[in-house]
Amino acid sequence: MQDWKRQKAAFASIAVSPVAWLIAFFVLPLAIVWLYSFGRNVGLTEIDISGTFSNYGRALEPLYLEIFGKSVAVAALTTLICLIVGFPIALAITFAQPKWRPWMLLAIMLPFWTNLLIRTYALITVLRTEGYVNKSLGWLWESASGLKVMVGMAPLSTWEPLPLLYNNFAVILGLVYVHLPFMVLPLYAALDRLDRSLIEASLDLGAGHFRTLTQIVAPLAAPGIISGVIITFVPALGAYLTPDLMGGPDSQMIANVIERQFKRANDWPFGAALSFLLMYATFILIALQALRNRKAEARS
Amino acid sequence: MNLFKRPAIAPLEYTRRLWMRAWIAATLFFLYAPLLVLVAFSFNDSKRNIVWRGFTFKYYGKVIENDGLMAALGNSLTIAALATVISIVLGTLAAVMLWRFRFPFKAAVEGTMALPIVVPEICMGVAMLVFFAKLDWPTDLPWPLNLSAITIAHITFCFPFVAMVVRARLAGFNKEQEEAAKDLGATEWQAFRDVLLPHMKPGIIAGALLAFTLSLDDFVITFFTSGPNTITFPVKVYSMVRFSVTPEVNAASAILIFLTILLTTVALKLQDFTKATA
Repeated sequence: MQDWKRQKAAFASIAVSPVAWLIAFFVLPLAIVWLYSFGRNVGLTEIDISGTFSNYGRALEPLYLEIFGKSVAVAALTTLICLIVGFPIALAITFAQPKWRPWMLLAIMLPFWTNLLIRTYALITVLRTEGYVNKSLGWLWESASGLKVMVGMAPLSTWEPLPLLYNNFAVILGLVYVHLPFMVLPLYAALDRLDRSLIEASLDLGAGHFRTLTQIVAPLAAPGIISGVIITFVPALGAYLTPDLMGGPDSQMIANVIERQFKRANDWPFGAALSFLLMYATFILIALQALRNRKAEARS
Repeated sequence: MNLFKRPAIAPLEYTRRLWMRAWIAATLFFLYAPLLVLVAFSFNDSKRNIVWRGFTFKYYGKVIENDGLMAALGNSLTIAALATVISIVLGTLAAVMLWRFRFPFKAAVEGTMALPIVVPEICMGVAMLVFFAKLDWPTDLPWPLNLSAITIAHITFCFPFVAMVVRARLAGFNKEQEEAAKDLGATEWQAFRDVLLPHMKPGIIAGALLAFTLSLDDFVITFFTSGPNTITFPVKVYSMVRFSVTPEVNAASAILIFLTILLTTVALKLQDFTKATA
């Protein structure tokens, strides 16, 4: 590592453009939003930055607190389901034959490379009333009904398609669909580093697979589990597209409220305050994770 | 019977257990079935999109004839190409800067550089909307200048990814090589061009593909920076999806899926190639 003072010309020619870009097109836009969050609307497009906290006060109204709480709950549930589904997958990849491992990882990653919007649309096409899920369930229902008639019982009532779209269920399913790879990769990275002899020892000493999993594997893989949880939770909390396309009127998440302030309600100061609240929540989570990592490094 | 002659499953061979295989199969079905249905039905000769009525390319034809959609695809590819080129330059410079120099406020610069990766997309989109509105960024410029706002926004969230990838690659660089070049009379620039740059190349290529895919795929941030004349492919597909589920949307989506698979395959092939030559 060189000190910048010893090579000022080289340092300047390397550093100026990325730092200037970051300040002009990232820090500055965020700073403007931050200032707006302390302002109020005067006129149609004018915003007077008066240093008021009323926008943040409004964000604490029950209506918005409820949406915040709901977003956290939806993101948490999504993360939990991803963990439950993803953990066995990560375990299976870890203990698969080496030649299979890259292919299994690729199979999990490939949908992740596909456009988010298209994955959401694909899910909508199968979940809608005329979609395949409902059609298959309907067919099963009819068959069961036919079977009952055959053995001389009364037929089942007619099949009503399940409302699989435009509700909270759809939002969580969509978020799990989109975020699963986020969970599997850090889990796999943690499990792969695990000392297998510890697992073998636990099994040899008479613990069952489940007990080994909860008392040996899970504690040892805890750092990976936590980073998987944070990596999944953070984007799920700020999700916009999934609740927008798959949610109903009561499944708005925080990002949808922010969007509305900017695109329809035209209340930029309030939207700015909400957007910074979401950002603070994100930063706190990431800072906690970084702190934990540093502590773990210091210990080892 | 042969079936029963398989060697017994060792305790740690979780992958060979039946319930584990069933779990994997179910998850992969969950991940892939909707996408496969989507692609399959882009070839279906029926407007209703649910019963198979025979194979057709009709809807791909419709997509190609759809001027709005094709213009949006052109915009998307132009933006992705521009954003990739500039992101490579900025990202590589940033990586070299952080790798090579000690300077005041380094931790702050490093932290800020990582922010575009973690900030919720909606917050970044909003910031871009506000920023360009505040600047009164002209929106009626001739093509491709009218794409400048979107391109700038894309570069801002792409180049930190390039920096991250290239920096990871630099970690494995032996500094003595560069010193040797300088001892043998190479100037600062020659050492950079002939020694450091070739070493970074695989990282730069990986970063470029990442940047291109990220830019091509982005919806939320673009949604906030695009105007009526600067629609990108995802934004156009979004407006079509909102409207209805039609085979035409399926065909448009399938095109983007094919494009992504192609890019990913190229990326993986290139990685193998660079690994083999390194």
